[in-house]
Amino acid sequence: MYMPTNRELWQDAYESSRLRDADFETMSGIPLDPVYGPDDGAFPGQYPYTRGPYPSMYRSKLWTMRMFAGFGTADDTNWRFKEIIKAGGDGLSTAFDMPTLLGIDSDDPMALGEVGRCGVAVDTLADMEDLYRDIDLGEITTSMTINSPAAVIFAMFVAQAERAGIPRAKLGGTLQNDILKEYQAQKEFVFPPRQSMRLVRDTIDFTAAEMPRWHSISISGYHIREAGSTAVEELAFTLANGFAYVELAMQAGLDVDMFAPRLSFFFNAHIDFFEEIAKYRAARRIWARWMKERYGAEHERSMQLRFHTQTAGVSLTAQQPEVNIVRTSIEALAGVLGGTQSLHTNSMDEAMALPTEKAARIALRTQQVIANETNVAHVADPLGGSHYVEALTDEVERQAEELFSYLDELGDGSMLEGAIRGIEENWFQGKIADSAYELERKLNSGRRITVGVNAFTEGNEEDQIDLLRITTEDESRQRKRLDQVRQDRDQTAVDAALARIRSDAADPNVNLMPALIDAVGVYATLGEIMGTMESEFGRHVEVPVI
Amino acid sequence: MAGERILIAKVGLDGHDRGIKVVARILRDAGYEVIYTGLFQTPETVAAAAVDEDVDAIGLSMLSGAHMTLAPMVVEEVRRRGSEIPVILGGIVPDHDLDALRDAGIGTVLTPGATAEQIAAEVAAALAA
Repeated sequence: MYMPTNRELWQDAYESSRLRDADFETMSGIPLDPVYGPDDGAFPGQYPYTRGPYPSMYRSKLWTMRMFAGFGTADDTNWRFKEIIKAGGDGLSTAFDMPTLLGIDSDDPMALGEVGRCGVAVDTLADMEDLYRDIDLGEITTSMTINSPAAVIFAMFVAQAERAGIPRAKLGGTLQNDILKEYQAQKEFVFPPRQSMRLVRDTIDFTAAEMPRWHSISISGYHIREAGSTAVEELAFTLANGFAYVELAMQAGLDVDMFAPRLSFFFNAHIDFFEEIAKYRAARRIWARWMKERYGAEHERSMQLRFHTQTAGVSLTAQQPEVNIVRTSIEALAGVLGGTQSLHTNSMDEAMALPTEKAARIALRTQQVIANETNVAHVADPLGGSHYVEALTDEVERQAEELFSYLDELGDGSMLEGAIRGIEENWFQGKIADSAYELERKLNSGRRITVGVNAFTEGNEEDQIDLLRITTEDESRQRKRLDQVRQDRDQTAVDAALARIRSDAADPNVNLMPALIDAVGVYATLGEIMGTMESEFGRHVEVPVI
Repeated sequence: MAGERILIAKVGLDGHDRGIKVVARILRDAGYEVIYTGLFQTPETVAAAAVDEDVDAIGLSMLSGAHMTLAPMVVEEVRRRGSEIPVILGGIVPDHDLDALRDAGIGTVLTPGATAEQIAAEVAAALAA
């Protein structure tokens, strides 16, 4: 019987893909194949997807240039979003301020000094309506970086879109909703881990049933890396968290092939170029194998790891900030050569402040240069087959598997239990802190060089670039707005909606999403809703280790 | 410096704790006794802990941009309790904020790129002042 080679199988799949209108050749006119490699090797779009999730990769569609933005009030950020769309960005990504990330209102005493600083302030549905005003959410996809209060913010997003006439089934985008890495790394937690995981389950369940274009979780290594982990730890902790969410949804009775295609990933692109590329390749291979072998996935899309990339904020320096453009370019290139599906490039001034409009534009231009001038997107997995990159991919994978074995044992055969116990025992947090300190020692001893910091410092004293300043006027404007919303709403309806949240929260078998959508619709505030849930769920307190 | 005690703290909502944990170890290596409050403290809780523990200095780590509001409040709370414990700030602090911080009683500010040696030296100087 005739057995087609992998190349022939790939060729068929490639030929049925729709391609971009571009000349796939070098600047000298040398025609380029879509991918290079032996006939019997695994091709892009073939299990275990080391070489990429799709047969045609960037020949069909370039990565989405998704720029993260958010500051001040919803009006301010709406204006920035429209600038991004005008400049050619094709996906939005929303940064919320610290009070929103922790589920408190702008007039809470703890919010003092933080309103609108690290992102946009959202207290009620009224802010959400301003945030996406006149942006066609049926066309452009939106990502929201929110975790502890993700279910509430998501309820606001769905409610405002429906009021703008876009049905929930048409909404495309991503909710970060990755609570495990909050306890491990980013530390914006509210409820204890197990109660938080119930909310994650509710959002997975809700989107699986009602929102076919929505990614319910973006399992994020970015923050783990920024908090100080190594590349291997970033990869291993992130995928381990992914396995935990898969087990959570399966325990809730969902079929793995129902929700797994809606999981996406978010990785860091740090400055160690080849190690980053090896990390992305290993991530795809590990995820495919675990999904198929351990969790019994049958659909290809359940096994294909798709990811967003952001360049490493922590690699940027306050000294000679223009040099950060170079760092970001190299990191972005690693993301592209590693086959990312979307990319955010940091701005040169982000070691010091949120970016100015000019700095953000240069960051977007960096991606546009890679996409349009370098021709690197013509050939899929261009480093596949390199002895070095293949060996590094194998080694990164081997070391990640060792960490999975530890967690599997810690959880008595459950990766979900392993992840939660690892958090409760400070295992992740300790590993990350150790790695951060190790890197700091190398910098201090001069074994590792950062240009402008511990070497090549001439020029550090020159005038600094302009920085974005956020005034406290935003804070008082936001408080006034919240006051107004509270005055205008129907308080009886709010009280009833909050009472329903409380009783639904008390019953772990109920999905909280419908009650949350009702409550935001009558303009209950984020702080009121989170406070109501906290009275049932309790609060997480970290025992700090140093 | 042997045995001098430093309380390090995260005030407000900022969860970035990479820097404070690294600095904790740097100070410990330099011979200080380091007490870490954990996340999400208020100016009141930090000041109360510092005075109760009778520490020699307070180190605040802030990366969220709220330092202009919160750092002076910590100084105020400490002074209100009749204490002169020096308050040191580390984190992402733009140059244009330094004068106002000095006026508010925060004389030592450590910014990105500070080495272990510089951190130890600045802390020693603040303690000697």
